[in-house]
Amino acid sequence: MYKMSNKLRLSAIIFMVVGVLGIAYGFWQAPSSKAEAKELLEHKAEHGDSHAETANTHQVEGQSSNRAEEAHSDEHLEHAYHQMQNRPWSAVFVPMLFFFLIAVGALVFYAIQNVSQAGWSPLLFRVMQGISNYMLPGGILIFLFLILSSLQLNHLYIWMDPETVAHDEVIQEKSAYLNIPFFFIRSAIILFTWSFFRHLLVKNSVKQDDELNLNLYKKNVKLSIAFLAIFIITEAIVSWDWIMSIDTHWFSTLFGWFVFASMFVSAITTIALVSIYLKSKGLLEQVNDSHIHDLAKFMFAFSIFWTYLWFSQFMLIWYANMPEEAVYFVSRIENYKLMFFGIVAINFVGPVLILMNSDFKRINWLVVLTGILILVGHYFNFFLLIMPGTVGDAWAIGIPEIGSLLFFLGLFIWFAFKGISKLPLVPKNSPFLKESQQYHY
Amino acid sequence: MANYTLQALYEDDDHLMKAVKETRSAHHHIEEVFTPFPVHGLDKVAGLKPTRIAITSFMYGVLGLGVAVWMMNFIMIDDWPRNIGGKPSFTFFQNMPAFIPIMFELTVFFATHLMVITFYMRSKIWPFKKAENPDPRTTDDHFLMEVSREKNNVQSLAEFLQATGAKEVTLKQS
Repeated sequence: MYKMSNKLRLSAIIFMVVGVLGIAYGFWQAPSSKAEAKELLEHKAEHGDSHAETANTHQVEGQSSNRAEEAHSDEHLEHAYHQMQNRPWSAVFVPMLFFFLIAVGALVFYAIQNVSQAGWSPLLFRVMQGISNYMLPGGILIFLFLILSSLQLNHLYIWMDPETVAHDEVIQEKSAYLNIPFFFIRSAIILFTWSFFRHLLVKNSVKQDDELNLNLYKKNVKLSIAFLAIFIITEAIVSWDWIMSIDTHWFSTLFGWFVFASMFVSAITTIALVSIYLKSKGLLEQVNDSHIHDLAKFMFAFSIFWTYLWFSQFMLIWYANMPEEAVYFVSRIENYKLMFFGIVAINFVGPVLILMNSDFKRINWLVVLTGILILVGHYFNFFLLIMPGTVGDAWAIGIPEIGSLLFFLGLFIWFAFKGISKLPLVPKNSPFLKESQQYHY
Repeated sequence: MANYTLQALYEDDDHLMKAVKETRSAHHHIEEVFTPFPVHGLDKVAGLKPTRIAITSFMYGVLGLGVAVWMMNFIMIDDWPRNIGGKPSFTFFQNMPAFIPIMFELTVFFATHLMVITFYMRSKIWPFKKAENPDPRTTDDHFLMEVSREKNNVQSLAEFLQATGAKEVTLKQS
């Protein structure tokens, strides 16, 4: 049995405390009224922010006599106000979603290993199951967050605002799907189903440790098949609902796959990092270089898979350049240029060049380095999925963003390692355990 | 003086692996091992150096990428930058997404084909090449190890090979 070390426990708590302070600061800093937002914009203008300056001059002109101008500047102010108000909320939502999907991805990886009857991975099953322990608290937090959003406390989902919908025919057309009750029914069912499968799979797997026959193992294979079939549909729905509906006017068909690739490569990376950590503590002695090699191969392959989908989505829209689709990338390239292209360098060029070498995949510190690179890159990927639609050009990486990242990192470490410490580290009667212990590549 | 080699024939890859290990530890020089199929781990036991063909493949891939970039930059941007359907042909990077499928394919094309040709050349395989097979049974279900005589007594070397589990030991003059 693994016991969470005091050091890890303490650092998780520190992360959470610092994170809460950062989040609170973010909400305190956000303007609570339009007047305050105006003041902030003017303050910004003094510091030479060109965007805010134009807003300011608009206002001055507006006061002169032109009614239309005044209306326009008011609209502009309202827009900027909403963006500034959204910032702490989006800052919380990005890591919230990121870590939750990592936990789900770990369970999906476990289910795939089960279904494919992989001979190398049983030694790592408990790491995957442990990481997925974050699914329940993470899912509850997301659900609470979505409820708060639907109460008009923020403007992340513009289709949740009846006033916006009243003036927007495009959203009206979509309201059969995008309406609040249906949205919550979908989210609740999906979150419940995922957590329920997690509960069953882990329960059976732990029970199997004391069983002499393989009934529970067979049951788990069947459950995994069912979970994977349900997951691939629900994951697409989740990515439409929670992420794509932020940009309500935009749609893309491979979006679900794209989100999946991002979460899956992050999850595999997390499994590798946690395994290497536990091994370095002498807790997974039977895990050898070949297991790490296999995980690194998965990191490598799914990094490329993510890039393939990223590029396929980008290139198809860039090539056809249809205005209603292209606006999605126009706003990203205009306001997030470095990050938008930077994540391709981090998530593609980095892993490809480092993990291409077969020997490098066995060097733990190189795998850790690449793993951190991949996780940072995919955090920014989620940042780019959400931020441009909610805060637009008013984005920054400041205290609210870093604070909420730290908070969810702490929470994730806490629940993931608590999950690992609840289970015996070797799944005793797993039929492929012997093969996994002798695994050599 | 004629050079003699001894050919020991084995019926099983496990016997062969054992024999290779024993022969190496007795410091006899193994000239060549013939097997009908890849025997996992034989190269390590026989003390062969790891292949560098993957490294050549990487370099060929880089070459292919370079060729693709140079070719499209020259044709589409430098030589005749036409406006084709509004695509921005002012600089290479502005039009790069349209080039990436070709860049990718040429990288793979160069990496694979040049690597295969390298393999043929290094292994000396080509059409009409005379087969260098010491015993036709090694293409079916037998395994053969060639040990050079060097300074050993032929009789004692043959006995040693027999002791490693060989089915037949033949002396061959080359």
